[in-house]
Amino acid sequence: MEFFRSHVLICGGTGCHSSGSADVMETFKTELAKNNLENEIKLVQTGCFGLCEVGPVVIVYPEGAFYSRITSDDVPRIVSEHLLKGRIVTDLLYHDSIHEDEIIKSLNEVGFYKKQERLALRNCGVIDPERIEEYIAFDGYKALGKALLEMTPEQTIDVIKASGLRGRGGAGFPTGLKWEFTAKAQGDKKYVCCNADEGDPGAFMDRSVLEGDPHSVLEAMTIAGYAVGSDQGYIYVRAEYPIAVNRLTIAIGQARESGLLGKNIFGTDFSFDIELRLGAGAFVCGEETALIASIEGKRGEPRPRPPFPAVKGVFGKPTLLNNVETYANIPQIILNGPEWFRSIGTEKSKGTKVFALGGKINNTGLVEVPMGTTLREIIYEIGGGIPKGKKFKAAQTGGPSGGCIPADHLDTPIDYDSLAQIGSMMGSGGLIVMDQDNCMVDIARFFLDFTVDESCGKCPPCRIGTKRMLEILDRITKGQGEEGDIEKLEELGKNIKSSALCGLGQTAPNPVLSTIHYFRDEYEAHIRDKKCTAGVCQALLQITILPEPCRGCGLCKKACPVDAISGERKSPHTIDQSKCIKCGACLEKCPFKAIVKG
Amino acid sequence: MSASILQENKEKFAELQNTIDEFKDQEGPLMPILHKAQEIFGHLPIEVQEYIAKALDIPITDIYGVATFYSQFTLQPKGKYSIGVCMGTACYVKGSQAILDELIKEIGVQPGGTTEDFNFTLEATRCLGACGLAPVIMINDDVYGRLVPSDIKEIVNKYRSK
Ligand SMILES: Cc1cc2nc3c(=O)[nH]c(=O)nc-3n(C[C@H](O)[C@H](O)[C@H](O)COP(=O)(O)O)c2cc1C
Ligand code: SF4
Ligand code: SF4
Ligand code: FES
Ligand code: FES
Repeated sequence: MEFFRSHVLICGGTGCHSSGSADVMETFKTELAKNNLENEIKLVQTGCFGLCEVGPVVIVYPEGAFYSRITSDDVPRIVSEHLLKGRIVTDLLYHDSIHEDEIIKSLNEVGFYKKQERLALRNCGVIDPERIEEYIAFDGYKALGKALLEMTPEQTIDVIKASGLRGRGGAGFPTGLKWEFTAKAQGDKKYVCCNADEGDPGAFMDRSVLEGDPHSVLEAMTIAGYAVGSDQGYIYVRAEYPIAVNRLTIAIGQARESGLLGKNIFGTDFSFDIELRLGAGAFVCGEETALIASIEGKRGEPRPRPPFPAVKGVFGKPTLLNNVETYANIPQIILNGPEWFRSIGTEKSKGTKVFALGGKINNTGLVEVPMGTTLREIIYEIGGGIPKGKKFKAAQTGGPSGGCIPADHLDTPIDYDSLAQIGSMMGSGGLIVMDQDNCMVDIARFFLDFTVDESCGKCPPCRIGTKRMLEILDRITKGQGEEGDIEKLEELGKNIKSSALCGLGQTAPNPVLSTIHYFRDEYEAHIRDKKCTAGVCQALLQITILPEPCRGCGLCKKACPVDAISGERKSPHTIDQSKCIKCGACLEKCPFKAIVKG
Repeated sequence: MSASILQENKEKFAELQNTIDEFKDQEGPLMPILHKAQEIFGHLPIEVQEYIAKALDIPITDIYGVATFYSQFTLQPKGKYSIGVCMGTACYVKGSQAILDELIKEIGVQPGGTTEDFNFTLEATRCLGACGLAPVIMINDDVYGRLVPSDIKEIVNKYRSK
């Protein structure tokens, strides 16, 4: 076997790819060749390390040196200094990865990683997702072997049931029960499906698992196939995820070649194969019955349940559908046992949850924490707090189905039930942080705009009701809100929740209702005082010049494209509000900070 | 079906026929075929839909229903460069609306629209997976991040037809 004295791990996740990791990889290749190091140093392209904010990320082992924001120009130095002479290039290291005395910390001492526990993401950023050998070297396909050779299908289901695992796609339904229902359903043919449609418009958890560790999903689906008695799997993945689709295609090919998919797996009489089905940009297709219609090649419209997919799913046959992250937990539960998994998390929510942390936060990226971690820990300890010393206003979870959580609830330990109690939901894992500059009415309008656009139109409460709500919100943000609008929104919201056909409509009012609940004063300020305190709603924005700090330098006057500013030199200037187009140009020009918006 | 289109695009239709043959006997062949057809033709003109309807022996209304349901499928030809502005939540809270407004001004079409010279198509997309770089736009395969509105002009100019 080849022996390498160093490993250079280069992140090939979507975040780092976007910030140029492919160039970095290429430059490493040429630099290593130039220095005749190809046989001593191994380059590995991995999935997401989580800290996408400081990408492209490169980690060099055995030292564990964490280099951040690396460009191809930095590569020659890393090669000649670190790899050739053994001197770590400290000025390129991630700032939080070194002690003051310049000794590097191990990764789990770094603030971002300290409180994390990586189960679903265990291999992301560790192995090369395009090589099945690496997955196998990290215990890959061992759980499948164990299930097929040492356990009956019933025992497999019992282990999953005992683990307490709940679905990570949003609703949190107990996974073991779902497996049992599908196993008991009558049918000559059954299907195992994976929901990789990741609909939350601001999140990328499932994408990272598929890009960083595709075999874990294939292995889990095969185990599920054995447990419920199916020989055919489908992964329904968004077409907008080209890297994930590519890595899945490679992984399926390698698994087939190695006999881990196909006929008579591990020499048993169990056979199973998996095919990809690409989505085509419809959020509602994340809903299970719509997803099934889409796999069948139809319009992705939901249908009433029951019958549930476990009884009547793809092509009318019993179908098991789980989310990507749900599957990613399965192999380790089989290997380590249900007690191990139950020891992590809270009373009713076991294990961990992956969140895509974004918005106004220092460490944007992917984090995985035990259930029961508080929002404060995630935002301030792992996320590094709010940039530019601004004030936290709210955290949004659950995407277009969820709600906003205000500062009072920062210490809530998060799990399925606690989030539901405070008017939000776990959802699939989007976690967006908002600061004082974000307007809550505008955010509610943003989500509703999304659901109106994505409503399939099949049932009137959703098709018409959400549209009415959006019209009201549009008016409010334009300064045309009226007394009674808030109450109208609440009433419409309640009605839609109880009468829409599918989960999309039933949850669409949540972002509006939760912001009204916690930030009613902002709604009132928009309606009564025609004011947007965050300064987001253009129509309500007023740009004014404060007379005291204004020295009458006239710079603003020159900057204004519509001649809205007047005033004598050396005396305070004023803005003619009827002319001002709120472009903000004057704001940036004033050297005395005399111009304010609000 | 107008014969001239078939004639002009003989090779493309041959490729489409290969795809149809590949998927025809699988269960639920329509979505994979439409994806491939869009890849071949760039969009799904009515002639292509008619061709698929005949080959699979299903009513054209079924095909049209599916093609219009999913936002990824398009019946109109697109520009040479697709500009996708991420309107995902992470980008939105970091100001992607202002980026989109600037692009509308710069190339003169609304989201979903294509410029008259077919150089640009403007689209509002969802999370591109690069929230760390928010706000983000994507022009074909190139990603630009950490943008402010004043960056837009220079970026767009790189793709203007000369
Ligand atoms: C409108 C809507 C969108 C959904 N989007 C997703 C999604 O993107 N990914 C997902 O896994 N589940 C999504 N779900 C939930 C699925 O319907 C289903 O509950 C889930 O995939 C089951 O897997 P789990 O039990 O492993 O969570 C969505 C539900 C609704 C109503
Ligand atoms: S609730 Fe909305 S998305 Fe769901 S079936 Fe009704 S119209 Fe379609
Ligand atoms: S915001 Fe723009 S239009 Fe209004 S006064 Fe300032 S420069 Fe003039
Ligand atoms: S994509 Fe590289 S760290 Fe997330
Ligand atoms: S929300 Fe824009 S890249 Fe994620």
